[in-house]
Amino acid sequence: MNLNIIAMTIEEQKAELVEEFDLFEDWMDKYNYIIEMGKDLEGLPEENKTKQFLISGCQSQVWLTANYDNGKIHFQADSDAIITKGIAQLLIRVVDNRSPKEIIDEDFSFLDKIGLKEHLSPTRSNGLTSMIKQIKLYALVFKTKEEQK
Amino acid sequence: MSFDVNIIREDFPILKQKIRKKDLIYFDNGATSQKPKMVIDRMNDYYNTENSNVHRGVHYLSQIATDAMEAARDKIKDFINAGSIKEIIFTKGTTEAINLVASSFGRAFIDKGDEIIISEMEHHANIVPWQMLCQEKDVKLKVVRINDDGSLNIEHFKSLLNKNTKLAAITHISNVMGVINPVEEIIEAAHNFDIPVLLDGAQAVPHVEVDVQKLNCDFYVFSGHKMYAPTGIGVLYGKEKWLTKMPPYQTGGEMIKDVSFEETTFNELPFKFEAGTPMVAEIIGLASAIDYMYSIGINNISKYEHELLDYATEQLLGIDGLKIIGTASPKAAVISFVLEGIHHYDAGSILDQLGIAVRTGNHCAQPLMKRMGINGTIRASLAFYNTKEEIDILVKSIDRVKSMLL
Repeated sequence: MNLNIIAMTIEEQKAELVEEFDLFEDWMDKYNYIIEMGKDLEGLPEENKTKQFLISGCQSQVWLTANYDNGKIHFQADSDAIITKGIAQLLIRVVDNRSPKEIIDEDFSFLDKIGLKEHLSPTRSNGLTSMIKQIKLYALVFKTKEEQK
Repeated sequence: MSFDVNIIREDFPILKQKIRKKDLIYFDNGATSQKPKMVIDRMNDYYNTENSNVHRGVHYLSQIATDAMEAARDKIKDFINAGSIKEIIFTKGTTEAINLVASSFGRAFIDKGDEIIISEMEHHANIVPWQMLCQEKDVKLKVVRINDDGSLNIEHFKSLLNKNTKLAAITHISNVMGVINPVEEIIEAAHNFDIPVLLDGAQAVPHVEVDVQKLNCDFYVFSGHKMYAPTGIGVLYGKEKWLTKMPPYQTGGEMIKDVSFEETTFNELPFKFEAGTPMVAEIIGLASAIDYMYSIGINNISKYEHELLDYATEQLLGIDGLKIIGTASPKAAVISFVLEGIHHYDAGSILDQLGIAVRTGNHCAQPLMKRMGINGTIRASLAFYNTKEEIDILVKSIDRVKSMLL
């Protein structure tokens, strides 16, 4: 696990991503960077690539799991497409090891700053919107469970 | 007429557009084609000078609009060489035309224990309406197998025909592979058992000449928007002997003769199947698209597209790790392929960044994907305004895709 991620606040993490993408002028370079991020994604063991964790509505298959431990949510994702893996990795860098409240409050507008929304709009079946929805849903479930304790 | 693609491209305003600062290369014609200026202008003219509701009005504009719409029907009749305008029913597209037949023919002629034949290469639009009918009426859906090269297994088709078969609904040209089915043989074999045949012509009418009388098919369905006409207009051709016996699909205005609260009598063909105000501008737009195709010549279109197909096939096969799905012959100008080690979504996304519009995914044909053992393809579907230079750029771009992803 990357210790940097744990040390950074969600705001710092987002700022770091925006800065990283600012380095690239050309969208092909941004794509290359997303592809590299996809290669960094830890991925999921085969036994977790099941229907239960499959996010629907994407042209590529995306699986997302979440574990709740010590007030923080740990996300893991995988996809059969590398660009989708890169998008998952990008989101995970922001939302991994955050509290349910932090995730529920996050509006993901940093994606606009990166220019990602424009290039990967919801109609593009890349799973970006579905992944965010699922991430928020997990956070809501863990928050509700916490409150019921 | 000599065929000059550069002159033809001038007729399509959208092709001049830059996409992501690059010249647009449009290879998604199988999804929808672009529209020539002539069609766009004709529809604008209609709204600017002729718009009115059709068939009922006594006033001047209504007469003009009705005449234009019915002249369009006549042109469409000639385009597919139907026997009569009574056999030309306007629908909103191929999908609605198939749903109409499934619903109406199904109600009149299909009962428990009967069988309907489709094939493994059908578009979902030619699967699901029949599946629904089968569930409602306890009818069996029989599926013709295809061969590894994407051709229809005609012997298997013949073996499925029996006295319980009530209809065969088969695509004329595969939307995924471009493979042209042996429709004459299919129809003849089915007719030997008195089984009517519906052909899904959505991918055929833009590419090849269609003569429904020569084919002797019972139903032929297609969409306007894949043949340079607007969206929202499609055609159901049905033999009069069937259409006469089929009950209305939807009910309302236009399709009635007399209405009282006790009883309604229905209008004659083709209006019996056209409830509500029709899509007049789109119908006129379709007729204009036919005029445009005639001005180039359908044989010229087929010939040029074939050259493109052969060139694209040869060039693509030169790419290491590229496999074409559907290698059977004859084919129309549609090529599906997969790249070893690369997901179709990744490839499509990068091609898009390079200004190339292709279709990726299962192309509304999930059972075919399963049959071919793949989860999707990249599909380049060509039109007569595409060029060899564009194919060269596609080939170079695929090399770039590979260098980025592998």
